[in-house]
Amino acid sequence: MMRLGLDVGSRTTALVRYDGRLREAVVVDSGVQPLSRCRELIGNGSSGRLMVTGYGRHLVAPALGGEVISEISAAATGIRHLYPEADTIIDIGGQDSKVIALANGGVARFEMNDRCAAGTGRFLEVMADTLGVAIDDFGTLALEAEKEILLNSQCTVFAESEVVSLIARDEAPETIARALHQSVANRIVGMAHRVGVGQGVVFIGGVARNPCIQKLLGERLKVPVTVPDNPQIIAALGAALLLREAEAGD
Amino acid sequence: MTDYKPMWQGLGLDLAAHDQLLAVLGQAYTDTYLSQAARPEGMGYFDFVMSEVHGLRIKELRDAQEAGRKVIGTFCVFVPDEIILAADAVSVGLCAGAEFGFAEAERLLPRNTCSLIKSFYGFKLNKVCPYLEATDMVVGENTCDGKKKAYEIFRDVQSNLYVMDLPQTKTPRGRDLLKAEYRRFMTELERLSGVTITAERLKKGIERVNSRRRALHRLAQLRAADPAPISGRDALLINQIAFYDDPERFTDAVNKICDELEAQVAVGAGVTAKGAPRVLVSGCPMAVPNWKLAAIVEGAGGVIVGEESCVGERGTRNLVAPAGDDLESLLDAIVDRYFQINCAVFTPNEARTEDIVNMTREYKADGVIHYSLQFCSPYLVESYRVEQGLIEQGIPVLRLETDYSAEDVGQLTTRVEAFLEMLRK
Repeated sequence: MMRLGLDVGSRTTALVRYDGRLREAVVVDSGVQPLSRCRELIGNGSSGRLMVTGYGRHLVAPALGGEVISEISAAATGIRHLYPEADTIIDIGGQDSKVIALANGGVARFEMNDRCAAGTGRFLEVMADTLGVAIDDFGTLALEAEKEILLNSQCTVFAESEVVSLIARDEAPETIARALHQSVANRIVGMAHRVGVGQGVVFIGGVARNPCIQKLLGERLKVPVTVPDNPQIIAALGAALLLREAEAGD
Repeated sequence: MTDYKPMWQGLGLDLAAHDQLLAVLGQAYTDTYLSQAARPEGMGYFDFVMSEVHGLRIKELRDAQEAGRKVIGTFCVFVPDEIILAADAVSVGLCAGAEFGFAEAERLLPRNTCSLIKSFYGFKLNKVCPYLEATDMVVGENTCDGKKKAYEIFRDVQSNLYVMDLPQTKTPRGRDLLKAEYRRFMTELERLSGVTITAERLKKGIERVNSRRRALHRLAQLRAADPAPISGRDALLINQIAFYDDPERFTDAVNKICDELEAQVAVGAGVTAKGAPRVLVSGCPMAVPNWKLAAIVEGAGGVIVGEESCVGERGTRNLVAPAGDDLESLLDAIVDRYFQINCAVFTPNEARTEDIVNMTREYKADGVIHYSLQFCSPYLVESYRVEQGLIEQGIPVLRLETDYSAEDVGQLTTRVEAFLEMLRK
């Protein structure tokens, strides 16, 4: 039987179809009407059980007849499936970031960012926009920096004005980009130390595609950082897998 | 329905703002409480008391004042009700659990002040709390830095403020200070009330407060059953109402609901399915109408089985032990009881972690949620030691930091759901 895992994030929505093998994995923008976006994604003809996770889970699940699971359990399940040995997950998404410690096949501890965009994908998006760089090229640009400067602000609004004044001071775009990436890494490293970092980190979420954040986390945490092929579908995969587990437990 | 408007007007309340507060309170109560399925019948009394929180209870306080008694408002479980009752006065805990009038509060206080302090300022500056206005004396206390400094300014708007000093260490010196302060409080109450506090009066006060505590202990123990016979929300409400209701009437109502719950437990009935994740909440006090965390936890399918909190077991633990018949030994017995309260303003405060571990075992909790108000340094800093201590004992713990606003409910819900999923494993 087909199992559908849907991760309704603040910025992107991922759908996974799984029947013992991964049949389909798509990632789209959540848009302003996530529910109709999810309906389109799932389509009419699809049968199968549905597990919904992510920020919009309580909105979408009742409307589409699915079950719900938190993104923390979903991410942990997805990673346990792909990397049975993993002990630490860093997940940086559109509007939140979290660090999860795994033990005995489950979640041992986790931390999430507080109610603020610092240390999230949205922070990088806003800053890339201020610098006039496409988000997909932002990490590559930051890697080209030849010098390091420190930003004073972690707040998205204040950092934006700081970036504007750095541009006015003729600071190179790659230097500014690097400082912005450091700022995100700082936040995440602080959280990771609170949770405790194991032997290696699996890095997921949209920001895991950013090569500069990958590099900075590895350097700062002094452990290998692994990024799955498609880091944005892990929670959706985990959600689908949890359906299987629920059935097995029945 | 009785029209309380003239009474409120007489107390100098701002009726329009007060209507707004009651509307917020009513809505929160309906959402959090009246929506619950299968509530114990005995909650009817507490629903009624809550519905009359600014009505009938205030009328009772005014009647008591007419009869020559004094009304004492308090903010802290270190203020001994026994002594207040011995002065034939009425004790009411002031609540400060709503995000109301914070803009006005922030004219006098830094923005990064905890919600609890902002709340009582908000109530006062907006003239919406009939308790504050009806008191003959408000007792502040030197607990955390936030409150200590906030009372200095609060005096400008609350002229009958009395501030009690409190120790910060569990040393003989600390105990001496507490005793000296209780003695000073006693003298002040005698002056205010014109009543001489005799040994006999104090003994009676001790008995009355002990009876109330005994009833609350009985309620706490019933929550050890699986399934729990009462929701954490309802138990929190009862603990909140303990602060302002008439002591004897309240004690009777608690014992009555305990009779009902005992019968439920005997037949294995409860308010959740057996095996629902059981959570102990520990940390900052939750004053009326701060039901935010309880609503989130129980909305996500968990059940709260105890509160290591001032509004909860930290506040009610231990009775005043029997003592001799003279004033001095009675006062010593009171000091001994209060000196055991493990508040985070004490340093060190390791016994609090022991309390949490013991409660986790006693009430068969699967995990602990440590609840801190933003900017509350004592509990926020202490949460590190508490977490370490619990992890050592193999007890899962989730640390949350929040305030009275609704803006982080989505994020808190995600954390709480993930934690409950961990506990279900």
